[in-house]
Amino acid sequence: MSTPLLELKSISKRFEKKLDFIGKFANSLASTVSGKSATSTEVVHAVDRVDLTIYKGEVVGLVGESGCGKSTLGRLVVGLHKASNGERFWRGKNTSTMTATEARAMQLEAQMIFQDPYASLNPRYRVEDIIGEAPVVHGVVTSAEEADYVAQMMQRVGLDPSLSRRFPHQFSGGQRARIGIARALAVQPNFLVCDEAVAALDVSIQAQVLNLFIKLREELNLTYLFISHDLSVVRHLSDRVVIMYLGRVVETAPTDVLFNSPNHPYTQGLLAEVPTLEVRKKEFVAIKGEIPSPLNPPTGCHFHPRCPHAAKVPGDRCKSEQPMLKMIAVNRYSACHLNE
Amino acid sequence: MSATPVLSVENLRTHFFTKAGIVKAVDDVSFTINKGEILGLVGESGSGKSMTGYSIMGLIDTPGRVVSGKIMLNGTEVSNYNNAQWRSLRGNRIAMIFQDPMMTLNPVLRVDTQMMEAITAHEKVSKTEARQRCRNALVQVGIPSPDERLLAYPHQFSGGMRQRVAIAIALLNKPDLIVCDEPTTALDVTIQGQILFEMQTLCRESGTALLWITHDLSVVAGLADRVAVMYAGKIVEQGTTAQLLGSPLHPYTKGLLDSVPSRNVKGKPLQQIPGMTPSLLQIGAGCAFRERCARRAAACEAAPAFSTPISGSAQQVRCYYPHTNSTTKGAA
Repeated sequence: MSTPLLELKSISKRFEKKLDFIGKFANSLASTVSGKSATSTEVVHAVDRVDLTIYKGEVVGLVGESGCGKSTLGRLVVGLHKASNGERFWRGKNTSTMTATEARAMQLEAQMIFQDPYASLNPRYRVEDIIGEAPVVHGVVTSAEEADYVAQMMQRVGLDPSLSRRFPHQFSGGQRARIGIARALAVQPNFLVCDEAVAALDVSIQAQVLNLFIKLREELNLTYLFISHDLSVVRHLSDRVVIMYLGRVVETAPTDVLFNSPNHPYTQGLLAEVPTLEVRKKEFVAIKGEIPSPLNPPTGCHFHPRCPHAAKVPGDRCKSEQPMLKMIAVNRYSACHLNE
Repeated sequence: MSATPVLSVENLRTHFFTKAGIVKAVDDVSFTINKGEILGLVGESGSGKSMTGYSIMGLIDTPGRVVSGKIMLNGTEVSNYNNAQWRSLRGNRIAMIFQDPMMTLNPVLRVDTQMMEAITAHEKVSKTEARQRCRNALVQVGIPSPDERLLAYPHQFSGGMRQRVAIAIALLNKPDLIVCDEPTTALDVTIQGQILFEMQTLCRESGTALLWITHDLSVVAGLADRVAVMYAGKIVEQGTTAQLLGSPLHPYTKGLLDSVPSRNVKGKPLQQIPGMTPSLLQIGAGCAFRERCARRAAACEAAPAFSTPISGSAQQVRCYYPHTNSTTKGAA
């Protein structure tokens, strides 16, 4: 295949919090008891050695529950977070060795659409400024052309250009989502990261916005990383799905394959959990237990305390050894000891 | 159906008298729930589904008021109750579970204090007995090591656990009816699955009736016995879950179902309902959905009443031109 548009190699993101006095004291007490050395920081492994490859024109769905690091990964992809470890390649070029000009061009090419259409728009800016500011700053259009360009962008996402003098609070949730999309499109990106872009919208409005994403993909030949917890949305849009659990990718496969025959026990549980219209009066069977805290993740396979198959693996491997993401079929990867 | 329903709501109207005008949040809503039954009340934001729940709990604040209509609990009318009477009812015979469990639980009180309060407010029981009942309720909703958990504060629980505590509090006095206002919306899929499973079993075992308010049709599909769909303050369609999801009559219900991604061909544009939900201030006479409806005609300028277009079926719809012939399979 050709060079991927984006490639992440063993990328990690740790958030560190310096402990306050009480925290340090408690920690040193614990270390005298356990004999381990005391630490003065608390570390969250939000993203733990993740590999991700996205080809041009592809729609990749990224699925996981809250706290699994999917939003952090999305931010790493567009460069809003700096990775703690690992490398990021854009069109085959390592981003850490890029010149400032190249890095800037890359930043323009990859844009992000945020979850909350209320919080991500400046309430004191008019829509024309929200959409028009970035393209003028980056020299996509001159300031003389700005008004026309904004009108064009608004039409593209299905907003009436005559509303361009209004403020965000004068729009409904669905319209605000469209403003967010127009803002991202205004700098003519090739790649969009949509972080729960439709989660806050009503069902009928959600369908409208999803249709807009499909239309824009066809018109502009866009590549998407679609982050969502909603499996039905991801299934509808994506070519390939990546499932995350507690900072690690547990399975990735083409959409149809994944939904028809999930491999990883977590994916299987997740798919069984999703309420659908087709099943009437179903008996809800639950994955046991809670999502563990990423501050103190379980050893070995992160999923083992909740996994129904963990006991079947000989020698307690699930508890002691982290399963690596391995190819189990063409384009299919899964991280589970059961596959061996 | 001869027994008195646990809850019967007749022609309920809850209006808000604002400076901008009268907002008819709930406008002529009627339904009944029988013992052990789960009614799903579905609607988009602003459709009045939560306000219907609040009206049933007697929780409407100024500038809002229940203007007319009857709320009957086990055959007794409660809509004209005064505050003291409502207080003896709430948490005792009827209970409510809200969307955000962090808002429902008092952050500075231990869980046992809050739970025992709910019992001692309605009954004269000893502390030991109250504590024992709280412990049992926590076990019932599947909280591990309940004795230690009773001594914890709400912030020490995860979102799903907090919601379980809220459910446990609702269950304490074995109410006849629990109003659930989007209780699983804020939760993750696997946790939602657990809560739905527990509510279903509890309901079946104790005969408690549930009013399940949600925007998510797929949650209702697996859970509810009957479904009512609300749009702009009115119930536009109600029937059994199978009827309503299998052969929706109202164009709005049909539109909602058609726009669900799993019902569409993958990668192709979704069927969508054009336009937006109308502002409740600006609804004139006539069918509120007519602006977005493909079937609208001159008759829609007058508000439609309920009809039962399918003979031998109790499925009710407020529409002059229901989708009666779309019931054949594969018509879509």
